[in-house]
Amino acid sequence: MYAVLSKKRIAPDTYDIWLSHPDIYRYAKPGQFLIIRIDEFGERIPLTIASAEKDRVRVIVKAVGKSTYKLCAMNEGESVSDIVGPLGNPSEIEKLGTVCVVGGGVGIAPLFPVARALKAAGNEVIGILGAANKDHLIMVDEFSPFLDRLYLSTDDGSAGIKGTVTNPLKEVIADYSPVTIWAIGPMVMMKFVSLLASQNDIPCWVSLNPIMVDGTGMCGACRAEVGGVMKFACVHGPEFDGRLVNWDELIKRQYQYREEERLALEKYIREFGEKNA
Amino acid sequence: MLLRNTYVNSVKRMPEKSKVRMRELDPSERVNSFEEVALGYTKEEAIAEANRCLQCRHKPCVSGCPVGIDIPGFIKALKEGDIEKSTRILKDANNLPAICGRVCPQEKQCELACVVGKIPGSEPVAIGRLERFVADQNVSLETAVKPSVNKRVAVIGAGPAGLTAAADLAKEGFSVTVFEAFHTAGGVLVYGIPEFRLPKEIVAKEVEFVKSLGVEFRFNQIVGRTIPFEEIKNEYDAVFIGIGAGAPRFMGIPGSNLNNIFSSSEYLTRTNLMKAYLFPRYDTPVKIKDRVAVIGAGNVTMDAARTAKRLGAKEVHVVYRRSEEEMPARIEEYHHAVEEGILFHWLTLPVEYIGDINNNVTGMKCVKMTLGEPDDSGRRRPIQIEGSEFIMEVDMVIEAIGQTPNAILKAGFQAVRLNKWGSIDADQASGKVDEGIYAGGDIVTGSATVIEAMGAGKRSARAIKSYLLRKG
Ligand SMILES: Cc1cc2nc3c(=O)[nH]c(=O)nc-3n(C[C@H](O)[C@H](O)[C@H](O)COP(=O)(O)OP(=O)(O)OC[C@H]3O[C@@H](n4cnc5c(N)ncnc54)[C@H](O)[C@@H]3O)c2cc1C
Ligand SMILES: Cc1cc2nc3c(=O)[nH]c(=O)nc-3n(C[C@H](O)[C@H](O)[C@H](O)COP(=O)(O)OP(=O)(O)OC[C@H]3O[C@@H](n4cnc5c(N)ncnc54)[C@H](O)[C@@H]3O)c2cc1C
Ligand code: SF4
Ligand code: SF4
Ligand code: FES
Repeated sequence: MYAVLSKKRIAPDTYDIWLSHPDIYRYAKPGQFLIIRIDEFGERIPLTIASAEKDRVRVIVKAVGKSTYKLCAMNEGESVSDIVGPLGNPSEIEKLGTVCVVGGGVGIAPLFPVARALKAAGNEVIGILGAANKDHLIMVDEFSPFLDRLYLSTDDGSAGIKGTVTNPLKEVIADYSPVTIWAIGPMVMMKFVSLLASQNDIPCWVSLNPIMVDGTGMCGACRAEVGGVMKFACVHGPEFDGRLVNWDELIKRQYQYREEERLALEKYIREFGEKNA
Repeated sequence: MLLRNTYVNSVKRMPEKSKVRMRELDPSERVNSFEEVALGYTKEEAIAEANRCLQCRHKPCVSGCPVGIDIPGFIKALKEGDIEKSTRILKDANNLPAICGRVCPQEKQCELACVVGKIPGSEPVAIGRLERFVADQNVSLETAVKPSVNKRVAVIGAGPAGLTAAADLAKEGFSVTVFEAFHTAGGVLVYGIPEFRLPKEIVAKEVEFVKSLGVEFRFNQIVGRTIPFEEIKNEYDAVFIGIGAGAPRFMGIPGSNLNNIFSSSEYLTRTNLMKAYLFPRYDTPVKIKDRVAVIGAGNVTMDAARTAKRLGAKEVHVVYRRSEEEMPARIEEYHHAVEEGILFHWLTLPVEYIGDINNNVTGMKCVKMTLGEPDDSGRRRPIQIEGSEFIMEVDMVIEAIGQTPNAILKAGFQAVRLNKWGSIDADQASGKVDEGIYAGGDIVTGSATVIEAMGAGKRSARAIKSYLLRKG
């Protein structure tokens, strides 16, 4: 059992949670994730490791469906039954020069350890953080010390530049010619950032978040076409060069279980009420 | 009158030439539930069957069993009504008899060698069913573990191979820790083989027995990923690797990533391990569709097809590129599938998946095949018939064409020698890979059987014991 050590709401539907774990901190590197199973009935949900310290690990969770609702509704002192991690390959962090990190929505969280590590490796790091509106723009203060330049964008213009992250990204590409881009966020965002990167011939790492079951290469649920070849995001990724990803196919795969997910969530809300609106 | 509807065969003694029939759930009933299909013997039936055994002095059946159970011995004790003694004889050789009695391909192993089966027109003694009967009586034995030896052994993987190695070493007094990737023990027994063939309660009971020997389990530990192999190697006096052959193989034909196309591993893991058949009580969903195609014709294919039927598919089509004769599945499982209304398409090969605008699969382009000369496996090679393409309408596909060693193995076990198939290169007799490192089960042999994996675990346990005692 792994106890919830602390929980903080950082956006209307997003929580910053620390869980106890004896040894993830010994091995976790930026870009890796873990899998949580909340209880005996739970499904296995992948979450990026936002930070890891002695005896504890941090995840930033957006409540989107039954399992994430359940997790976000847990209180300090309650426990989840299983945590497996770190999983996936770490980001390839090295000194490259000027790089740009782009985070969208809850994708800002998994981007954080990457940005921090890029800075520590001696890069000039330009950050672009975007969300639907001001309230959803998370972790901005935490990022600041590790960024040489920061751009914000919101869909409704309530903070930073109005529109999507690709607007400031165009500027950054024109003004600073970053040698590599990292983009983490909703699939559609990663798709359009990858497109822009491709047009400008810049390598672009994205972190794929397909539906997973085991997270160990055993089932193929997380498969995606990358460079014309079938890859398993959990063991070959989760980071890939976004310019090579077949986005349209992957986005459609993401919606495979929409009906079942809706059923599960409705049942949950009926039983427990909407604890974390 | 539940009884009348549920049981197909009434309880009656068959002629001596045949095995005592085992009662089964009626096909029309069982396709609506995940209840175990084969219902087991009553005490009378078991004794009647035990009486068919001739107690041969040279015991040919024993050499057919990969773990060498004293078969006439346990049958004799059963006949004499001494279930405790019978259980002890079974557990001396086999830590998990309730499982083997259910899933062993007995017709190719112990029962193949049985003298009674060699009499013209006569069936062998139903050794597997008797083993199941005895194990199901749940006699708990006080487990006499030898005084502890001051040596620690790590077992990686809690499938049949790992569980057996762990239990045998614990019986010898070693201190054993099992590292398992999932949250529960059993390997394929819990994530692959469905509830209706092997109730998970039975697996849990057998695992409890292994725990009762003092074996420590550490779950959620993926060696080579969440904990380095080197660390374990340094910390323990010996290591046994039994991580199975868990990566799915895909045909790789165009359209493979369309929605509602699954590997059998994903489909069965969702259903069995994550209990999606009880969704939404359990959180993990599994797709339920009307026209399901399952590709392949092995035991895994049968399991996936029968699972799809139980989950509510209107039609389930098994599609296989060779003919019925080359089908690798156990004949018993094939018959069960036929009884349950699964449809079979022989000499048929899917070459492309077709999808709609939302990328949901709607059909499979297939070609018809004919059989040519035998290939390496000795089976006749299937050849495409030109111009035989046709479209099969389906809304879900499960590919059940085999498993390969896991990618983690290559990345995480760098110290371990692999062969050209990506399996671990281990000594046949002892499972030895390197000084203090042993391996066995599917990770060495490729997909095989539960009892072969157990046999390998047993041989390695013996080798590890003598290695550690020699090392002093
Ligand atoms: C490698 C990886 C890292 C991730 N890191 C984080 C993280 O740090 N924080 C976080 O909040 N989420 C993260 N996710 C996504 C998270 O796993 C899903 O949100 C979660 O599994 C949804 O479960 P649910 O039962 O709450 O929702 P469901 O009922 O399963 O789904 C609700 C909605 O979410 C969508 N969805 C389902 N699964 C995913 C998925 N894997 N990714 C994106 N959308 C999905 C569905 O299409 C549906 O619209 C990550 C996913 C992966 C694969
Ligand atoms: C659907 C299906 C039906 C089958 N039906 C039958 C049948 O009826 N009769 C029969 O005899 N055989 C059957 N088999 C084959 C049989 O199940 C296998 O041959 C047998 O389970 C192999 O045992 P194993 O211990 O080598 O591996 P597995 O059973 O695969 O167990 C390996 C274990 O290791 C764990 N693991 C993997 N990697 C790691 C790691 N890096 N760190 C820690 N743990 C790890 C896995 O999670 C798993 O628990 C079937 C197989 C399948 C898939
Ligand atoms: S373990 Fe399998 S092979 Fe051995 S006696 Fe039992 S059923 Fe036969
Ligand atoms: S060979 Fe058959 S009849 Fe002879 S001892 Fe073995 S089970 Fe009994
Ligand atoms: S989640 Fe099963 S293979 Fe990646």
